[in-house]
Amino acid sequence: MSCSCSEVVAELLRTPLAERHRALGARMAPFGGWLMPIQYEGIVAEHLHTRAAAGLFDLSHMGRLAVTGPEAAALLQRATTNDVERLADGAAQYSLLCNAQGGILEDLLVYRLPELWRLVVNAANRRRVIDQLDRLRDELELKATVRDDTFDQALLGLQGPESEAILGLLGVSAPGSLAYYHARQDAIVLADRALASGGATGMLASAGAALPPIPALLSRTGYTGEDGFELMVAAADVGVVWDRLLADPRVRPVGLGARDTLRLEAGMALYEHELTEEVSPFEAGLSRVVRFEKGDFTGRDALGQLRGVAPARTLVGLGFEVGAVPRAGHRVLLDGDQVGQIASGTFSPTLRRPIATAYVRSAFAEPGAKLQVDARGVLVPARVVSLPFVPHQTRRGRAAAG
Amino acid sequence: MSEGTQIPADRRYTREHEWALREDDIVVVGITDFAQHELGDVVYVELPAVGGRVTAMKEFGVIESVKSASDLYSPLTGEVVATNAELAEHPELVNDSPYDRGWMIRVRADDITELDTLLDSDGYQQVIGAA
Repeated sequence: MSCSCSEVVAELLRTPLAERHRALGARMAPFGGWLMPIQYEGIVAEHLHTRAAAGLFDLSHMGRLAVTGPEAAALLQRATTNDVERLADGAAQYSLLCNAQGGILEDLLVYRLPELWRLVVNAANRRRVIDQLDRLRDELELKATVRDDTFDQALLGLQGPESEAILGLLGVSAPGSLAYYHARQDAIVLADRALASGGATGMLASAGAALPPIPALLSRTGYTGEDGFELMVAAADVGVVWDRLLADPRVRPVGLGARDTLRLEAGMALYEHELTEEVSPFEAGLSRVVRFEKGDFTGRDALGQLRGVAPARTLVGLGFEVGAVPRAGHRVLLDGDQVGQIASGTFSPTLRRPIATAYVRSAFAEPGAKLQVDARGVLVPARVVSLPFVPHQTRRGRAAAG
Repeated sequence: MSEGTQIPADRRYTREHEWALREDDIVVVGITDFAQHELGDVVYVELPAVGGRVTAMKEFGVIESVKSASDLYSPLTGEVVATNAELAEHPELVNDSPYDRGWMIRVRADDITELDTLLDSDGYQQVIGAA
């Protein structure tokens, strides 16, 4: 349980909120090269609070890149598998970077903004994405620049059903009008007295002298399956925004522990677990973000060959009864023979039982298939279920349902 | 890190964060307040069958939190005479009441003097103080 790795810890990157996390009593641990809060009051409580009200996440470890120049779009078309030309101004799309063999190098969000293309990438893959883009740009002699804004800016997530109402008190213009997977440049207006009292009176803007507006890129995106927003602000400004959001009694800080249980319940992939260089988008169930019709891109030839063939293995959800928790790497069995491997496994705070994702032989990937998992020597019965484990409550989800 | 951690003086401790409380010729076993705090939300406890044998400083079960699984080590050698059935439905008792309702197994010790080889509360305080 103890960690005598002080030298390693000293080399870790820290977000502008690191001291605040410590003051809140967070348990800190390395993640993707950063020292990050894993939990504050506890994973289960933070998880349930996010689904019931609102959770505040420091996501400043995620890489944020800007791609600019007259041929920025052409570079992204060649580098990513999705079609950036389908994006209207202010819209975002989920996409992949693949290698020449069609293996997944990275999953990312691409935003089309008026001045630039904004990429949000995994912390551990930031360098890899920059290198890949720079190499392609040079190879194709494209007029485009890749800038790393990760250290100048901070990223916050506000997730949960109360998020829209809470953001409405920060002076941003009608957050309710922002559609799912859309972003706009906005400004946060904090009143002095509001900061001091921390009250959610609904009259904050007029309650005291307004501080200068804080520019923020506001997007209706997230990684929890809940309605919610992400806010990109200057590193120097993020402290007061974090404090003001936490002053709202509906908001609690949420660490990466609950971020993982929330995303897994929502059936969302995590790089190094569901997605690796050894996995193709078709195996991962991501064919919807591979757009052959747009023209050439890295991995297109290999993916074109894989497209016509049923994949040997498929990513599935596995449901369990109360008991031992399957973990990443555990073997999936059928009558004693290995037919797959767990990609992610955890205890679902919402369902109060274990859940997992696994790559299994495609013959056993149909919902209802009965399998077993070797969880540390204990054979646990598993059933293939469709993803997500917990239905999404995003705006798009509600629109589709209504 | 051990601030506010409770270490009752009425029982003995292992370096692996189990406690052992003598009740006549039976020893009750659980994990410490420090351990439950380090683990976080306990979601599953796997215990041996009643009538089974446990051996000093060998695994007797597994405790799982949301994020990880850890082995449980027996403080002494003997026969399991009871297990805490309530933990199957309510594993969170280990967090809420580590020294009482979160107990795990009752053991009839082969040699009750084995308890004397374990840490007392001061000794355990030093172990977690250095953690």
